Amino acid sequence: MKSKFRPNEEERTVGQINTASLPDIIFMLLFFFMVTTVMREVDLKVNIHVPEATEAKKLEKKSLVSFIYVGKPLPRFQKMFGTEPRIQLNDQFRTVGDIQDFIAQEKDQLNEADRNKLTVSMKVDENTKMGIVTDIKQALRRANALKISYSSIKTNKIE
Amino acid sequence: MARKLQPINAGSMADIAFLLLIFFLVTTTMDVDTGLMRLLPPMPEKNQKKTNDKIKERNVFVVLINKDNELLVEGKRMDIHQLRQAARDFIANPENRDDLPEKEWKDIPFFGHVFVTKNPVISLQNDRGTSYGTYIKVQNELIAAKDELRNELARSKFGMDYDDLDKDKQEAIKKYYPVAISEAEPKNVGGGK
Repeated sequence: MKSKFRPNEEERTVGQINTASLPDIIFMLLFFFMVTTVMREVDLKVNIHVPEATEAKKLEKKSLVSFIYVGKPLPRFQKMFGTEPRIQLNDQFRTVGDIQDFIAQEKDQLNEADRNKLTVSMKVDENTKMGIVTDIKQALRRANALKISYSSIKTNKIE
Repeated sequence: MARKLQPINAGSMADIAFLLLIFFLVTTTMDVDTGLMRLLPPMPEKNQKKTNDKIKERNVFVVLINKDNELLVEGKRMDIHQLRQAARDFIANPENRDDLPEKEWKDIPFFGHVFVTKNPVISLQNDRGTSYGTYIKVQNELIAAKDELRNELARSKFGMDYDDLDKDKQEAIKKYYPVAISEAEPKNVGGGK
């Protein structure tokens, strides 16, 4: 006689897990990432480790920010561009002379009303010499892009 | 004849959502950009006359950085850790010393008739050989000195941080501690190339 407490063979197989809500969970994750992240703008071709600062402030309005990258070219570009710090605008290596055109282009993409609010964020490697940075600053002054931000990582205490 | 509605097979829905998720994970970044906000002076126009209203020497706090990343503050060598305190003393001039900025009586909303420093200017000059890291450290100390003073005043007067105040109160505090940090025209300090 079969025991009351022992189910027969077909009853012992585990029932399938209900996965109907799985898509909802994944969609929720998806929306979370869509909202909290921004599209990657450029591929960095230079090596940048920005300095740390305690007074760094968040940059508001991403659409009004243009970036200038300065640092040593990555190893795979060093054959062509050397190891001295170089300027990268958008996806290409450029020189100080190109900055004025670059700013003019960036300003063209903005509304008339927003043009004076353009902020230039300088992402400069901390081992760079100030010479090149000074040149960039002078070029920005000539291009009349006066709002700048020295990109730096926010920390609570330095050393 | 009523047809029975078959349930739609949604088993692959999760896979599709996963694909989308992975796509967004790969193409986006999460980092928020932070930085020290500064305003550059406009380029002087070519036929502009040199203005002659010289700022008195005691109202200027000169910070030089040479190519070996050493600091010269008001003619004396200084360690970077002392810079913040020195800048604070300069901005506020609490003891009304003769070698620190002039003070004057001013009417400021919320504060009334107060005795404050008159337009102190911090002038930061660097050499072409100065490292960018040091430059930012110095900038940070100077901005920190200004922000600390303003924050302390905001907290004692309004019980809030400066950044959380509304515009009128911020303006009043700005008038109490009017500091200009100028990044001078480039020149060579201390023999870089």
